[in-house]
Amino acid sequence: MTNFDPETIHDVEGVPIHSVHRHDVVIVGAGLAGMRAAYEASSEFDVAVLSKVFPTRSHSGAAQGGIAASLANEEEDHWEWHMFDTVKGGDYLGDQDIIETLVKEAPIVVREFEHMGCPFSRTPEGRIAQRKFGGHTKDFGKGGPVLRACYAVDRTGHALLHTLYEQCIKNEVRFYPEFYALSLIVRDGVCRGLVAWDIINGGVHVFHAKTVMFGTGGYGKAFKITSNALANTGDGLSLVLRAGLPLEDMEFVQFHPTGLYKQGILVSEAVRGEGGYLLNKDGERFMERYAPEKMELAPRDLVARSIQTEINEGRGCGENGDYVHADLRHLGEEKIMKLLPQIHELAWKFLHVDCIREPIPIQPTAHYSMGGIPVDIDCQVLADGKEKPVKGFYAAGECSCVSVHGGNRLGTNSLLEASLFGRRAGKSIVRYLRESREFPELPADAAKDALAEVERILGASGTETVGAIREELQEKMMLECGIFRDAETLEKLAGELRELEKRFDKIGIDDRSEKFNYDLLEAIELGHMLDFSELIVAGALRREESRGAHSRTDHPDRDDKKWLKHTLAWKRDGRIEFDYKPVTITRFQPKERKY
Amino acid sequence: MAMITFRINRYNPDDERRGHYAQEYQLDVQKGTTLLDALNEIKWKQDGTLTFRRSCRSGICGSCAMTINGVNNLACETQVLGLGGSTITVEPMRGYPVIKDLVVSLDPLVRGILAVKPYMITHSPPPSDQERLQSPEEREKIDGLYECILCGSCTSSCPSFWADKEYIGPHAFLKAYRFVADSRDEGSAEHMEALDDRHGLWRCHTIFNCVEACPKDLNPTKAISELKKELVRRKLG
Ligand SMILES: Cc1cc2nc3c(=O)[nH]c(=O)nc-3n(C[C@H](O)[C@H](O)[C@H](O)COP(=O)(O)OP(=O)(O)OC[C@H]3O[C@@H](n4cnc5c(N)ncnc54)[C@H](O)[C@@H]3O)c2cc1C
Ligand code: SF4
Ligand code: FES
Repeated sequence: MTNFDPETIHDVEGVPIHSVHRHDVVIVGAGLAGMRAAYEASSEFDVAVLSKVFPTRSHSGAAQGGIAASLANEEEDHWEWHMFDTVKGGDYLGDQDIIETLVKEAPIVVREFEHMGCPFSRTPEGRIAQRKFGGHTKDFGKGGPVLRACYAVDRTGHALLHTLYEQCIKNEVRFYPEFYALSLIVRDGVCRGLVAWDIINGGVHVFHAKTVMFGTGGYGKAFKITSNALANTGDGLSLVLRAGLPLEDMEFVQFHPTGLYKQGILVSEAVRGEGGYLLNKDGERFMERYAPEKMELAPRDLVARSIQTEINEGRGCGENGDYVHADLRHLGEEKIMKLLPQIHELAWKFLHVDCIREPIPIQPTAHYSMGGIPVDIDCQVLADGKEKPVKGFYAAGECSCVSVHGGNRLGTNSLLEASLFGRRAGKSIVRYLRESREFPELPADAAKDALAEVERILGASGTETVGAIREELQEKMMLECGIFRDAETLEKLAGELRELEKRFDKIGIDDRSEKFNYDLLEAIELGHMLDFSELIVAGALRREESRGAHSRTDHPDRDDKKWLKHTLAWKRDGRIEFDYKPVTITRFQPKERKY
Repeated sequence: MAMITFRINRYNPDDERRGHYAQEYQLDVQKGTTLLDALNEIKWKQDGTLTFRRSCRSGICGSCAMTINGVNNLACETQVLGLGGSTITVEPMRGYPVIKDLVVSLDPLVRGILAVKPYMITHSPPPSDQERLQSPEEREKIDGLYECILCGSCTSSCPSFWADKEYIGPHAFLKAYRFVADSRDEGSAEHMEALDDRHGLWRCHTIFNCVEACPKDLNPTKAISELKKELVRRKLG
């Protein structure tokens, strides 16, 4: 499928000619965003997908609860209601024109998945089954929870991901499994491809492309307690930064209220959606204090803060008082095993807790990154973060910030976002390629930085270890830039991160071989996490208000006058520079967010 | 807390002469520690060259399948103290070419999957702005089939696969049957085309190793016997 034409292949310094590949489209990431784009574009063009893990091992597969769409299969629902919930859930920071697109196209995207063969659960009439999820309501918040989350038992992400992989096989997408993207090739505002490392065999490869798309996922691994996979190190974000491009709203990190104690592994929101209680050490349903109407079904940022407050105020359970209980016992064995089998299995396998008989110890866990690579509604990456696209460069899914989630994402909206904007990215790539038949010129020194990085780390023989620096980073980010933040702690943290960067320059690694060297990759990943964590902290320090998932104890209120705007941040010569852009407001004027 | 010895079967592709060898590591293990936690701890604190795949930590991505005390399982779902005994042997899954330490080649797994046209085949177009209907009873028929995480444990434990490297493998039969049993699929013949072959279904001797090996409690043997019945029915009909 590669249109290999020796005449036009340019020599890239330091890379053997057989390691230079050409494709119309090169996608990094085989989660829902990457594979949905690949599926779309492969109907007309030659598409390659690189992923650092085998495609079906992407983290989308871990999603349990559902994908939102106002199908109204179970009861009345409208896209306008879904829109209102998303705007309000995001604490009015989401761009409303784009949210409107999200909620209007959601039913199309979900039904297409069904047409592809996704094994959704069904209603008695044979339609896609839907369940309740936090923050999704009837009648503009006035009418109680609505059945909007389309699901496949509690393996929705797995079902969607495998379905897409199957469809990509059908469309003959060219997979490069276990290839790790090292750097982007962007020159003069045009993206020309990327450089990658072949994990299995070792070796640097160049992918020369007319278009590049990133679906590289989230950055939860920068935090100690997280629901994210070990692979979720946010590489794509720092690759973009290193190419001189900005990131948007990085300070907004969602903490999911219900992570398994110590492991951080997610206990799906379905645990609350299906009627589970949250209890403190006195057995009290403490949500009464924080969201008397919605109780456990309030949006997750509010629930996470409530749990953290219970813990901070000494009402946590256990010896250290550092967790609370999720109690399912009143649902009974039959309901638990029918509706929540995976949760039962998780609690048993990872904590040895039988949730039919005992409550599950839980604590908040870093879960989702609202911020990311700024893109427009067609998923084109924006060089100035506002309107100037980088030619041939696209992004979608959790790594991007198109801003539909604003300051806080509602559950089941991100599988939707990843699929829907993956699809849109695929469509705009097709439109672009119909016009642009030529490959952009590939600079001879395209692989210079990547080669230098690999060489430096493979030869690193300092005394610092990747494991120790990473552990410190994760602990500090969790404690000092977690659910609650304040200026003093954030300033201290900024200094600590600079120290960690210095220590990172003095690392040594054990494994110096080229084949399947995770020692090397973990070092590269740590470099990425250090890079973008600085932006999270700096953004959080600047934003002197509390909005959505960003909660400043020294500025407890939302401040629409000063802060109803998106943060844009660059890293130039090691210094962070900021710019801001307005939020698009169409239908819903900002109001106080109460549940 | 207990001091556990991990006896790990290692292989370095850059040192062919040394071949496969066992190396022991000691680690203090607490209640709740999974084998994956332990391997990470060893890699991060004792020996950065120790190599294994991992990602989700929650038994859903299928990366961390390996042979633990002789049995295939997911490292992230295995409680170290639950295994009993003070020494634990960890080896790469049998039957697949070893790339390095506990990492094996996934090529045989992918080849098997590709052989069964692993995607829904339909000839009638779907309704334009609606889903296809499928009753809960019809949907139930693919329970126990679609949940496969492609970890490779089943095929690795299968003597037919050890004997025939071209064997399509139980994981792929399960995939094929996932579509054959789906009320919406119209391509059974195409999914089954490759199965009526000497590398296909008939090589299965119903040894049930795959059922025991599957960490997700799926039943490839049942899928195989259903597919065999289906093949016979087609031949007679
Ligand atoms: C436990 C859990 C449960 C969730 N449940 C839900 C839910 O019920 N509903 C919902 O809507 N959302 C849920 N989410 C969120 C949702 O799953 C994710 O936001 C979404 O799946 C992200 O998809 P993605 O395609 O952007 O990224 P991912 O699926 O994370 O894929 C990222 C891809 O990028 C690749 N990659 C990254 N860096 C590199 C690199 N340097 N080189 C090569 N490849 C690279 C990876 O290999 C991977 O293929 C959940 C999240 C978690 C963690
Ligand atoms: S059937 Fe079970 S053992 Fe086999 S690949 Fe699938 S999940 Fe793994
Ligand atoms: S790490 Fe994903 S299954 Fe074990």
